[in-house]
Amino acid sequence: MGYNPDKPMDGRISDLGPPYYENFFPPVIKANKGKWLWHEILQPGVLMHKSETGDEVYTVRVGSARLVSVNFIREVCDIADKHCDGFVRFTTRNNIEFMVDKKEKVQPLLDELKARGRFPVGGTGAGVTNIVHTQGWVHCHTPATDASGVVKAVMDDLFDYFTSMKLPAQVRIALACCLNMCGAVHASDIAILGIHRKPPMIDHTRITGVCELPLAIASCPLGAVKPDKVMVDGKEVKSVKVTFERCMFCGNCYTMCPAMPLSDPDGDGIAILVGGKVSNAKSAPKFSKLVIPFLPNNTPRWPEVVSAIRKILEAYAKDARKYERIGEWAERIGWEKFFEKCDIPFTDKSIDDYRLAYTTWRTTTLFKYTSHIK
Amino acid sequence: MAKHETPLLDQLESGPWPSFVTDIKRQAETKPECWDILGILELSYKDRITHWKHGGIVGVFGYGGGIVGRYADVPQKFPGVEHFHTVRVNQPSSKYYSTKNLRQLMGLWEKYGSGVTNFHGSTGDIILLGTRTENLEPFFWDLTHDMNQDLGGSGSNLRTPANCIGQSRCEWACYDTEEACYQLTMKYQDEIHRPAFPYKFKFKFSGCPNDCVAAIARSDISVIGTWRDAIRVDQAAVKGYIEGKYPSNGGAHAGRDWGKFDIQKEVINLCPTKCMRLENGELKIDDAECTRCMHCINVMPRALRPGKDTGASILVGAKAPILDGAQFSTLIIPFIKIDKENEFEELTEFIEKVWDWWMEVGKNRERVGETMQRVGLPTFIKVMELDPIPQMVKEPRSNPYVFWADEEVPGGFERDVQEFRRRHAA
Repeated sequence: MGYNPDKPMDGRISDLGPPYYENFFPPVIKANKGKWLWHEILQPGVLMHKSETGDEVYTVRVGSARLVSVNFIREVCDIADKHCDGFVRFTTRNNIEFMVDKKEKVQPLLDELKARGRFPVGGTGAGVTNIVHTQGWVHCHTPATDASGVVKAVMDDLFDYFTSMKLPAQVRIALACCLNMCGAVHASDIAILGIHRKPPMIDHTRITGVCELPLAIASCPLGAVKPDKVMVDGKEVKSVKVTFERCMFCGNCYTMCPAMPLSDPDGDGIAILVGGKVSNAKSAPKFSKLVIPFLPNNTPRWPEVVSAIRKILEAYAKDARKYERIGEWAERIGWEKFFEKCDIPFTDKSIDDYRLAYTTWRTTTLFKYTSHIK
Repeated sequence: MAKHETPLLDQLESGPWPSFVTDIKRQAETKPECWDILGILELSYKDRITHWKHGGIVGVFGYGGGIVGRYADVPQKFPGVEHFHTVRVNQPSSKYYSTKNLRQLMGLWEKYGSGVTNFHGSTGDIILLGTRTENLEPFFWDLTHDMNQDLGGSGSNLRTPANCIGQSRCEWACYDTEEACYQLTMKYQDEIHRPAFPYKFKFKFSGCPNDCVAAIARSDISVIGTWRDAIRVDQAAVKGYIEGKYPSNGGAHAGRDWGKFDIQKEVINLCPTKCMRLENGELKIDDAECTRCMHCINVMPRALRPGKDTGASILVGAKAPILDGAQFSTLIIPFIKIDKENEFEELTEFIEKVWDWWMEVGKNRERVGETMQRVGLPTFIKVMELDPIPQMVKEPRSNPYVFWADEEVPGGFERDVQEFRRRHAA
């Protein structure tokens, strides 16, 4: 018996919540929860945790595309069945973790992953781990760029940093395909952010049917959306107009009103923000700062984005001290030096003119001489 | 045999990182609608805009969340993705799975959906990407009846809570993030499935100030583990680090020669409160000065551990920039015990108090952090019936514009100007 469309409420059950996590623990995890003493990264992508019981768990971390098929997950299950007693887990950054309870089980697992060919081992320690990202053109209705394709292009280029640990600290890269930031890139070492640059168009023929005009008007944080009356097929229709010079291209109006699309092949693209962090270690959490205002959506491999990120990463790798995150490095050397060392042109687009902008202006005589001062 | 030419996407099949294009092509051999996924994506790569329409309210009976409606704007060309609704399935704590469970879920998605997924969505759910409206109820029936599982949140409701790996495989977790996440998710099923809030609301549970689930950046209620006694020190292991017997930072820097480990330079000098010193080869910590940032513990995991009197800090109000700018959560309760024996009562009491207030005063599409900004932190503290303490701010205000209340000033605000003029002629 399954769902009966004639009696949709019969036998319906709801509000079950998620399965109880403990039922999915590998035996060594179940036996040692709360008893772990310390851990060590044995090689890139391989962690060992030591328990007070003397037990050890070896974790092999594998990067994934996040956008994966049913067949792919079944392949993950095949590996976990063969090596890990039928258990597997995923990290918050879209990595897959295979766990085994003995050191001698690690190499056969690594061999199998290598033989299968699409299971890169890495993403630990002072390197680049997997990119947290959003849907992009594969599912979303508001994106200013794709997600999975940009991630693929960037990770292909940074692959060596995924499989090694030679950076000053961990580098967290995240991508959000529009300013809604489902990917919450606002506190990442390097943020790849889809942005629009053209104001919304108004589809006067559809607005009456699909929008609550007061909501569309209220949706604009800068009051750029105003009520208007226009003629459509000889009839006066209540609609809205947009004051272009007030628009900051956030797209919130389109979220509220489908008759105000703003996507555009040349208007849309990517901004790069850097220096954010979430952890409280050493310094407080920081927001990412906008350093490159726009790069084009050059499909299918976004070469400008890929090379911009590599340039920042290499300047950081060369110059930062051990343990220094990108934001901590930039603050120590000064942002003027950051732009110089990364060879990024500084523009007015990096100077805040939104709310609380003044808190970012330099109100001191303390600065460094760089090539910016002619 | 490919149904559409995809010359642009084909270029994403090369390179060392796993290719979603190759994966979806393989899946298309048994799930032909996957050809249309690639077809419509290729069209976006060509046109450089999305081809998904705005909106589409679909769902399962009785729920207002868990399904995101989506329709293609070129259905004639790509009929396999005419409807492409997303199903959010509530993930288990820490995202551990048995292969039996995953295989069963994949079986359901092969039967009812496109065969394409996200492991996982940004908030934490398993995302099943792309199905038709008529498949939603049959899928939900099988998910609940055959798998005893459920959908997560979407829309203006409690979003699916998420946690870090916690005590299951981390020595630093100061409370059981998995159990807290599970129990609160179970307690608030109604809030997850039936939108009644001004806007979305998120919980995230991190076990220590390293905050691996980004609670402080991404959740309206951030529960971050901490402790209030002394860092546990194993002096023999400290010596081991000094002598170079153990790799610094758990081996995280092993890929480059950073020179011999220098405890003064790498630990003591980088301590943000400068509360450590080396005395006769022993590491001394002035714990009263420590702010528990985790750096020393991160660098010497065999020698240092968080204290034993553990609990969590509660912070409120993080969000991404839309609309007033990004916010981190603000420290509201520096320390509470997180106790699973009493069903996390201290925590749920606090959460419900925040909700009661926010549902009353929050505007449409206003995150609680924005409501706090609009009314001011002093008002929020008052509503929460908390005492103001200096831990809630980075520094005292630098302007004198205090909103004094009538009852705080002797005689109150109502005065007689004539009586005043008798003493002070105009």
